[in-house]
Amino acid sequence: MHVMYFTEQPMSTYPADIGLEFGATALMFSNKYFDPVAGSRLYNEYLEQYIYAEEMGVEGFMLNEHHNAPFCMQAKCNIFASILAAVTKKAKIVLLGNPLPLAENPVRLAEELAMIDMISKGRLVSGFVRGGGQEQLANGVNPAYNRERFEEAHDLVVAAWTRQGPFRWEGTHYQNRVVNPWAVPLQKPYPRVWIPGVLSKETIIWAAKQRYPYIALNTSIEATKNIWKLYDAVALEAGYEAGPENRGYLQQVHVSDSEEKAEKNARQFLWMQGEFTGLAHPVWSAPSGYFSPEHRRQFVEFAVGRAESPRGRPTFETQVADGRVLYGTPKTVIPKLRRVLEETRPSIYGLWGNDGSVSNEDARTCIRLLGQEVMPAMREIGKELGLTDPFEANAPVHLRYSTDLKQMPQAAE
Amino acid sequence: MATGRDWSESVVEVAGGKLHLARAGSGRPILVLHHDIGSPDRLPFYDELASRFDVLVPHHPGYGKSERPQWLRNVRDVAIIYQSLLSDLGVERASLIGLGFGGWIAVEMATMAPREFHRLVLVGAMGLKPPDGDIFDQAIVSYLDYARAGFHDQEAFARIYGDVSTDQLVEWDLCREMSFRIAWKPYMYNQSLPQLLGGVRAPALVVWGDSDKIVPRSAGERYAALLPKARFEVVRSSGHCVEMEQPDQLARLVRSFFEEN
Repeated sequence: MHVMYFTEQPMSTYPADIGLEFGATALMFSNKYFDPVAGSRLYNEYLEQYIYAEEMGVEGFMLNEHHNAPFCMQAKCNIFASILAAVTKKAKIVLLGNPLPLAENPVRLAEELAMIDMISKGRLVSGFVRGGGQEQLANGVNPAYNRERFEEAHDLVVAAWTRQGPFRWEGTHYQNRVVNPWAVPLQKPYPRVWIPGVLSKETIIWAAKQRYPYIALNTSIEATKNIWKLYDAVALEAGYEAGPENRGYLQQVHVSDSEEKAEKNARQFLWMQGEFTGLAHPVWSAPSGYFSPEHRRQFVEFAVGRAESPRGRPTFETQVADGRVLYGTPKTVIPKLRRVLEETRPSIYGLWGNDGSVSNEDARTCIRLLGQEVMPAMREIGKELGLTDPFEANAPVHLRYSTDLKQMPQAAE
Repeated sequence: MATGRDWSESVVEVAGGKLHLARAGSGRPILVLHHDIGSPDRLPFYDELASRFDVLVPHHPGYGKSERPQWLRNVRDVAIIYQSLLSDLGVERASLIGLGFGGWIAVEMATMAPREFHRLVLVGAMGLKPPDGDIFDQAIVSYLDYARAGFHDQEAFARIYGDVSTDQLVEWDLCREMSFRIAWKPYMYNQSLPQLLGGVRAPALVVWGDSDKIVPRSAGERYAALLPKARFEVVRSSGHCVEMEQPDQLARLVRSFFEEN
C-alpha cells in the first residue's frame, strides 16, 4: 500500500464575506484580496507540514496545482516538488499533476521533471492532468483542444525522456526543431505516471490503455467502483488484468484527538467545495469544447442555471454518509477506512488531511495521528486485502513494457 | 416588409465537408455571413433582402447545420471555404453582408480577392482589434447571457428566441466551441487586417448599433477609416444584432447603399 499525504494548500485568509458575495472565487475573484504576508506564512507552513509528514512515515507527498484560485495557492507543483526533492529523503514526490495542455513547450516540462527526479534520487511520480476549465482560461489555452494537447504533450514528454536526442518533433500542437534535453530522468524506463481524474470517461479509458494507474479524486465509493469497472474492461481489451496496483483513491480524511474537534475541522472541507466561498461559474470550469460531448445537453442547462450541477452539491452529512469525507479520532477513523479499502481496493491512497482554515497546530496533530496510528493500521489492512502497490508489484511503467500481455481474440466482423 | 418567401435549403460539399445553405430571391447575389451564435433559419431581414436580391445564407462550417471540419483552425480558412462555395455555385460579383463575426469572414474574403466583390456591408463586424475597448469575450459568460448581450432591447431578444429551448442552448454551445477552435487567440481579430484593408476595392458600408455591447464602436470607425471606399452609419436603439433588432432600418441602409453608383 502506498499512502500519501495531501493538502490543497488553501489561501484562506481573504475576507470570506466578500468572497461569498462575489460568488464564484475561482478565476475572477480579484487578487487584490491576496495577502502576500499571509501567503508567505502559509507556503512555509504547508512545506513544513509535508516535511513533517515524511517524519511521520508517509510513503508519498501528493502535490497538485491550480491557477487564479483561493482554494489552492500552489500555482506550479514543480516548485514544491523541487524543494521537497532537496530537503526530504524517502517519500515519493507524487505530482497529480502537471496540467499538460497548459504547457507551451512540453520539452521544458520534461526537463524540469527530469531534474526533480535526479535531485530527489529517483523519487518522482509524474502524474499528468488535463487541468480544469478555469486553468485553461487563466492561462489563455484553448479549451477546445484540451484533450488533443494533453495526449500530444504526453507523447512528447515521454519521447524526450526515452528517445536519444537530438530528434525533431512535428506534431499538431507542438513543433520542436531540436529535442535534446541535457537532463534525463534517473528512473528507467521513465518515472511512473499516474493519472488523476474525477469523471471524464475518456481519461479513464486513456489511462487504462496506457496501463497508468488511475487516481479517483474524492469521488463517492459507488462512483469509484464504476470507474474501476470501466478501467478493468479497457484493461482486458488491452491484454492485461487490472488490479489494486492500477487503482488510487484520494479522500478527505481528518483526524484529531477528539471527535468534536475532528468534525469541526472536517467541515472545512466544504470550504473548498464552495459552500463558504463559491468555486467557479460552470462555463469557466467547463468551457465549450472542454467537456465530453455526451454531457453537452445536460451541461448547457446547468450552465444557464436551469439544472443542478451534474456532480451535485451534496451536504456535509451526505458526504460523510457516502464515505467521501471521513473524520474522527484514529480509533473511529480506522474502521471507516477499512470499509473504504475493502470496497474499493486501491493500492495507492491519498489522505487529504486538511483544508480551509484548519490551524497549523491542528493540521500537524492530524498529520501526527495519521502517521503514528492510522497509516500503520492501513498498511496492515492493505496486506490482509492484498493491496499491492505498483512499486511492490514492480508493475510495468507503461503498457509497452508489459511482459504479461494476453493476445486478445479479434472481435468478429 | 416582405414575409414568407420560399427558401430552398441544400447541402453543398466544400473542402470535403458538408455546408448547409439556404437561398431565396433573384437579382444580384448577396452572401450573408452570420454571427458567432449562428442564425435562426428565417429572419424578416433575410426575407426583405430576398425580395430584391439572390440571397445566400450558409451556416458557417462547424456552426448550425453545417458539419464541423476537424482540421479547420482559423477564420481565414473559413473565408477560403466560402470563396470555393461561390466559385462552385458559379456566383460572380457577389456582395457580402457580414454580421458581427460574419463581418470578419467577409473582410478576409474581400482582402484576399479584392476584385471579386460588388459591395461590402459590415454590421458590428469583428476582425479588427478595437482601438478603444475590447471585443466582449463570450468565454466568461453563459450562452444565454452572451446572446442577450447582443441586444439593446431584451424584448427584441424574446421576439427572436422566445423562452430559449434546450436545443438552442446546445446549438450555442456548439457554435461557441467552433469559435474557440478557430478564433481563440487573439480573440476574434486578425492582426494583419489593418495592413490589408487598403487593398479592398468594393465600396463598403459599415453599420453599428448605437448600443453594441459586443464590439466597441471604435472598431467600426477604424474599419471605415481603413477601407478605401467606406461609409459609417449608426443605427439607433440597437445592440450588436442589428439585423434582428432593427431589421427595417438595416434593410433601408442596405437598399440605398446598393442603389448608389
